[in-house]
Amino acid sequence: MYNGEAYITGSCVIRKNRVYRDGTLLWETPQAQELQEFLRAGYDQFSGQYPKFHKMDPLSKLGWLAAEVLLKDAPLNNYPPESIGLILANKSASLDTDLRYFDTVKDIASPALFVYTLANIVMGEISIRHGFKGENAFFTADAFDPEFMVGYISQLFLENAVSACLCGWVEVMGPAYEVILYKVERSSGGLAFNADNLQKAVSF
Amino acid sequence: MEKLMAALKAQIVEQLNLQEVKPEDIGDDQPLFKDGLGLDSIDALEIIVLLQQHYGIRIANPEQGPEIFHSVRTIAEFITAHQTAK
Repeated sequence: MYNGEAYITGSCVIRKNRVYRDGTLLWETPQAQELQEFLRAGYDQFSGQYPKFHKMDPLSKLGWLAAEVLLKDAPLNNYPPESIGLILANKSASLDTDLRYFDTVKDIASPALFVYTLANIVMGEISIRHGFKGENAFFTADAFDPEFMVGYISQLFLENAVSACLCGWVEVMGPAYEVILYKVERSSGGLAFNADNLQKAVSF
Repeated sequence: MEKLMAALKAQIVEQLNLQEVKPEDIGDDQPLFKDGLGLDSIDALEIIVLLQQHYGIRIANPEQGPEIFHSVRTIAEFITAHQTAK
């Protein structure tokens, strides 16, 4: 009988114009480069052929790009789409885009911006790209809370609600941003999924 | 008409943030939605905003949308007819 154990099988960190996968620096651009230019360069570097990316807000672009980096060479193809979950959190929800949208309201409200005025849209973009159809939730908190993340997701594994998931922190507010995204799977082969290992996996 | 269609193509690329499409890549009669240029319902709303911002035109009857927005040419014809009627 399955005992709810799960394992961290990958991680991606994007901060300070650097992209890390499993603790290794994969790619970086000059620190002075602005976020939108960095994201466009990251798209060209790791993906391409997905024009919808250009319409996304910075929050969705960041989460989408991290998922791309994480799944490019190791997709979650061995699990039914209904069993792959997405659990994310951040501090500012969609405020970065909300403010941009509010600016357009003074003239003619932008429909293209309006559709991104919810934080969980980033999970929709990732799900569409990779075909995920499982449980999802987006939390807001002052800081990334590994204990909470492990508690919530462990319960999902224990209840067989998911067999794999992407989880972590996707934050952006103005020029400040940070992504910490983990791949967690039922099958063994990585670090045990606990709060200590979540922190260890991205401590560099 | 040619000049208006060229302007519309540039405005569509700009307004819809089609970063991987050049204005000259859009055919005059190419369908804009589904299998054509692949625009979606949010893009349709953005084109409505574009018509309002650049040409001062409001779509009075939403049911006309599919006919007006079929291609760059049909949009240009709609603008021309609207401006002539003024």
